[in-house]
Amino acid sequence: MSWIDIGPIDDIPLRGARLVKTLIGCIAVFRTAEEEVYAATNSCPHKGGPLSEGIVHGQSVTCPLHNWVFDLNTGEAQGADDGRITTYPVRLEGGRILLDDSAVAQRSAA
Amino acid sequence: MKQRLVVIGAGMASGRVLEHLTDAAPDAFDITLFNSEPRGNYNRIMLSPVLSGEKTYEEIITHDDAWYAERGIACRFGEKVEKIDREMKVVEGENGHVPYDKLMIATGSNPFIIPLPGHDLDGVIAYRDLENTQQMMGMGPDNKVVVIGGGLLGLEAAAGMAAHGVDVTVVHIMGHLMERQLDEAAGYLLKKSLEDKGIKICLQANSKEILGQDGKVRALLLEDGTELPCDLLVMAVGIRPNTALAKEAGLATGRGIHVDDQMLTSDPDVYAVGECVEHDGAVFGLVAPLYDQAKVAAQSLLTEDAAFVQKTLSTKLKVTGCDLFSAGDFADGPGREDIVFRDPSRGVYKRLVIEEDRLVGAVMYGDTADGSWFFGLIKDGTSIEEMRETLIFGPAYQGGDTADPLSAVAALSLEAEICGCNGVCKGDIVEAINAGAGDLGAVRASTKASASCGTCTGLVEQVLQVTLGDDFQIPTAQPICGCTDLTHEDVRRLIKGQELKSQAAVWQELGWKTPNGCHVCRPAINYYLLADWPLEYQDDPQSRFVNERKHANIQKDGTFSVVPRMWGGITTPEELRAIADAADKYDVPTVKVTGGQRIDLLGVKGEDLPAIWSDLNKAGLVSGHAYSKGLRTVKTCVGTDHCRFGTQDSTGFGIKLEKILWGSWTPHKLKLAVSGCPRNCAEATCKDIGVVCVDSGYQISIGGAAGMDVKETELLCQVPTEDEAIEVVMAVTQAYREGGKYLDRLYKWLGKVGMDWVKAQVVDDLENRAALVERFELSQSIYRKDPWAEHVRDKAQTYAPIADFTLEAAE
Repeated sequence: MSWIDIGPIDDIPLRGARLVKTLIGCIAVFRTAEEEVYAATNSCPHKGGPLSEGIVHGQSVTCPLHNWVFDLNTGEAQGADDGRITTYPVRLEGGRILLDDSAVAQRSAA
Repeated sequence: MKQRLVVIGAGMASGRVLEHLTDAAPDAFDITLFNSEPRGNYNRIMLSPVLSGEKTYEEIITHDDAWYAERGIACRFGEKVEKIDREMKVVEGENGHVPYDKLMIATGSNPFIIPLPGHDLDGVIAYRDLENTQQMMGMGPDNKVVVIGGGLLGLEAAAGMAAHGVDVTVVHIMGHLMERQLDEAAGYLLKKSLEDKGIKICLQANSKEILGQDGKVRALLLEDGTELPCDLLVMAVGIRPNTALAKEAGLATGRGIHVDDQMLTSDPDVYAVGECVEHDGAVFGLVAPLYDQAKVAAQSLLTEDAAFVQKTLSTKLKVTGCDLFSAGDFADGPGREDIVFRDPSRGVYKRLVIEEDRLVGAVMYGDTADGSWFFGLIKDGTSIEEMRETLIFGPAYQGGDTADPLSAVAALSLEAEICGCNGVCKGDIVEAINAGAGDLGAVRASTKASASCGTCTGLVEQVLQVTLGDDFQIPTAQPICGCTDLTHEDVRRLIKGQELKSQAAVWQELGWKTPNGCHVCRPAINYYLLADWPLEYQDDPQSRFVNERKHANIQKDGTFSVVPRMWGGITTPEELRAIADAADKYDVPTVKVTGGQRIDLLGVKGEDLPAIWSDLNKAGLVSGHAYSKGLRTVKTCVGTDHCRFGTQDSTGFGIKLEKILWGSWTPHKLKLAVSGCPRNCAEATCKDIGVVCVDSGYQISIGGAAGMDVKETELLCQVPTEDEAIEVVMAVTQAYREGGKYLDRLYKWLGKVGMDWVKAQVVDDLENRAALVERFELSQSIYRKDPWAEHVRDKAQTYAPIADFTLEAAE
């Protein structure tokens, strides 16, 4: 697994998200706490809502279109809704966000 | 033959090395010890108790002259090392050379001084050594001190000086104190305790310049223009490993001096320990790993097998009365679950972080008795599967206690105000209950609590339950969400009564069950805080629904709609041209006229928003707030300008109203209209607030709606002049802002409080009307401005992706 530096953590607001564009779709990178990041597809499986625009709480995000809530650890929809978002390995090193290169590359190549 | 060992630096790490070495093999080495400070080894981490007066310097000396003499260590204190010659294996001191067989570098760290203008003024110091400590001890009740840095060291410095009566202000750049060790809730409690000790704390404060007079520090100037006068300025913003000597000698360095598991540098005869080293990417500031390193280094020197392993660390703050504990990773990495316990009455907060049935982090405030037990579980990686349910109650848990939903109300003092309308505090209600008032009606009759607007009914019922126990059954009320048992009304009253001014304060004092709320409660709490404390509370965009965060309406395909403001529905050819140009330039697929007399550009891409706003701004157009739970539009007819029936200048009045009200946040959207005559062409009688002009003045009616519910407004009052009509509209808007439940349109709020109450507040009681107007104006001094211009200026880059791999792949 190799890692790709996408920027400093301070570029994402606390309990917020930013987008990473790839050739066939967008990945949302979430910051849930001072030093905690997650990455997942930006698109809600329900109606394609942009998850990076959702409210981030605990380790979950709520889709801005119809309030589906996803656990960012597992990608599973919470509560009564049924669905899952793809999550991607992401980590922090010295304040920089590193995204799994293969996730980005696979998506680009597909 | 004895080997020659030279040690550079007499700090806590090297002191420990010497102890181990001379205990294990007293005759193995001839030792020379250099120290640039004119003294031997003292317990640096105990400087804080020295500062606060709890200990003396003599008590924290770990090795005195006799100790060194006894061990035959040649001490060269107060002498700087100028150079290490590795080829000749010689250390060059100021007073002569010393050859070595083995060398130990323990040069420690340097405090980081922010290179602000004025950082070299007299009276600007770090907090590092005994000299600094003595300078701080020289301050007394007549002195003012500013400490930059709200971390461990800065707070200990501040508390130490405050103990001597010094007027201390801590300036911290982050949103909460000790952000590396604490989460927001614990940071909030810590701030409260420190403020109780008289320490002033400025968060999210950027220092701009240190101001001086005659070469001496006079004040700290913040970015926002605040000037904090001070006689001494202490910078405690972090440390940097001191690698200068090692680097010059050609040893491998990064952030610190690179060492392996045996504490050996890139030279097989040179060791390094302490704060100057970098091991496996990490540098060290706490004492526990330093002692581990010292032991390993001593063993390595004696050619024993030993390896340094980094361990999980725990932190305690050495400030009397601030009981906090933090260990492990509580905010780092995926796959985590939280267990949160809060007891507002005792000011206790505990949070455990669990990953795969193991405890990985713990933050505690107020009651840290179980800290070492939790720390043990973290270090040992014990499975907590079996005790998960009761883990947070600690090792002594015997079964029983569960979090009490009434704890927030039970914790209130008797002076806490419950009913804001009638100024009734908890004590009055308890007294009435004890005198025989057994239900809500009786309490209302005897104290008037909840007898006016009624929004505190839930709290009064809880006081009844807390006081009467099982003899009183609370009618079930709907809590805001799963994060709390309190209703919107309860929370609003408590935010005001308890003066809760941050989200962290609400979560802690009201016993929130989640670490930081959810998408349901966060926007509500954010609104309540900014409505009640416009000056103190800073709006949190991350607690807002996307539309209000991005100042545009999200559409089903993820694009946005942009609606520029047209004051009173009036526009000009220039504005229309600018809108048309923007629609062309940004490929806007749909241009629509709205029901509120505005033009809507639908289908704008998120990343284009700052650019289109900037273009519209240039034509003088500002945000129309078509996305906000706030003032939307004031719709008008043409009134006396053109209409043969018009009785007043309804257009001009509408524009005036809109210029006064725009930018204000309300519980739900707020739409107004002004019609110039009773024919009511502006449809004012189905708006939240409608004004119908008549010959003799202005009829103001409220509580209309034309959405899910269709309602006709009810008449509030008729006033003779435009000025008075403006005052009444501002006052009723403010009353709704202060009392309404989040997401209740004005008519729902009106249904709860009743028209009689509103009339009493804003029509009959002129003094109260003026006070409402004044509070509205205060809030508008912050919020009456164009968010588009602000975002174009400060936040444009946040609308773009953080990284774009589509471009790279296309090359």
